[in-house]
Amino acid sequence: MKDDILTVIWKERKGLFRVRGRRAQALLAMFSPVLLAIYFPLQEGAGWVESPLSLLLAFVAPLILVGMSIPDSFAGERERHTLPTLLASRLSDRAILFGKIITSVAFGWGVTLVLLLIGLVTVNVAHWDGHILFYKPSILLADLAFSFLVAMLTAAAGVLFSLRAATAQEAQQTLMAVLLIPPMILQFVLFAILSSESGEARFREVLATLSFEQVILVIVAVLLVLDVVLLMVALARFKRARLILD
Amino acid sequence: MTETAIRIENLTRDFETVRAVDGLSLDVPTGIIFGFLGPNGAGKTTTINLLLGLLEPTSGRAEVLGFDTRTQADEVRTRTGALLEHSGVYEQLTAEDNLEFYGRIWRMPAAERQARIKELLTHMGVWERRKERVGTWSKGMKQKLALARAMLHRPPLVFLDEPTAGLDVVAAAAVRDDLEALAAREGVTVFLTTHNMAEAERLCAQVAVIREGRLVALGHPDKLRARAGGPRVEIIGRGFNERALQLLRARPEVVAAEVQNQHLEIDLREGTDTAPLVGLMVSEGVQVEEVRRGKASLEEVFLTLMQEEK
Repeated sequence: MKDDILTVIWKERKGLFRVRGRRAQALLAMFSPVLLAIYFPLQEGAGWVESPLSLLLAFVAPLILVGMSIPDSFAGERERHTLPTLLASRLSDRAILFGKIITSVAFGWGVTLVLLLIGLVTVNVAHWDGHILFYKPSILLADLAFSFLVAMLTAAAGVLFSLRAATAQEAQQTLMAVLLIPPMILQFVLFAILSSESGEARFREVLATLSFEQVILVIVAVLLVLDVVLLMVALARFKRARLILD
Repeated sequence: MTETAIRIENLTRDFETVRAVDGLSLDVPTGIIFGFLGPNGAGKTTTINLLLGLLEPTSGRAEVLGFDTRTQADEVRTRTGALLEHSGVYEQLTAEDNLEFYGRIWRMPAAERQARIKELLTHMGVWERRKERVGTWSKGMKQKLALARAMLHRPPLVFLDEPTAGLDVVAAAAVRDDLEALAAREGVTVFLTTHNMAEAERLCAQVAVIREGRLVALGHPDKLRARAGGPRVEIIGRGFNERALQLLRARPEVVAAEVQNQHLEIDLREGTDTAPLVGLMVSEGVQVEEVRRGKASLEEVFLTLMQEEK
């Protein structure tokens, strides 16, 4: 199985964003994460490495990058009529699924780490005060865990949407819309809570009882559970017969 | 290896209200090109999907290379090659990478993989273009590459689903030549679906004809031609007259006789001697220029079978 997964990764890596039009689309989509990785460090200085601001990058970058690559990998394969031949080969369903997910997650997570590094370089170059600034260990760990789990979540959800979508573009749009809904709802809820004085006081009270690490741990735990559940569902649904019939 | 490459017993597959394959039973001997013929929607592609274990039958069973397609589908796919309805080549990759990928899938050692890729691409006449992205290639070249991919790991059996469909005459002939040469050289069993009767007639040692998922004929193309009609003679000349035709039609060995554009076509019973018939025409004042003996083409057989089924 390991060799088969590596074979799928080999092919996915070769074909990543090589489909006509996809490379330009990917470069365009990279614009906002790159901007985040340069603009905020320039503006915030040491605040970039000491506050949870970089978590925003750790959320947005893998979401966009994996959200671009995973539908192309699954729905795109069907759209280009290459999937039936792949399914007629000796590769197992799981090798195909894991090979594609690992490639997308490695790409999304890897680029996010590079962007975090760019942010670090930017803040050191722009706000040099004689000693090197580095992410606080808790922030760095949160960035690593958060970006990885968001990449996995996007990949697993992307597989599920790709199975139902007719085209890669349709899968991409649905995936982005659905993944952006929870943060938007959270934003509305927070806004509703903070709009009243009593609500804001209660919110601050709750926050005061929690440390930054505890909040991050709760988020990581929720993401981890979501990842595992979605991966299990993707595993159950990614079956040859179903794909051929679709 | 068993002498039967494929054994199908009462295979049936339903899709909701539609029965795509209906009680199909047939054996495909090892080492031949087997033609699986039928009109659009006859169940050819579904049958291939069933044989590859990509779909489960509603009832009945099939064995491919001795493996049950329902319980040992992985074994079937490990030992077969396939060129399905679409070429399935990765247009964003080069020709070499396309084959490299499938060579890795079939776990061919690197040196053997590279030698085989070179051998096949050279045979197909595209070795010099191996570094080009396949997206820039013509449909015929992509189909050649797909054929090379199906043969790459030297499978004892390959499934080819209409490999020349949609190709122009020249490209189709090139793919057909490659297929014929590779099949002969490598001794592979080929399960070939096609609409093209001339192709089936030229390539296939045995053919099966299906309609609405049911088998309507099976055998050597010559045997099927004989079934659709006996021997036939065509007389080309001038002066065909009504009396000559009436005399001809009255003879017991003549099944039918029709004149069209100075061509008299006569369908005969088996074992008929044509010389007396030609003599009769000459004695009735017909100026005979040429006499040809023949049989119905596979296409005529096919059309007859379709009509019979209706």
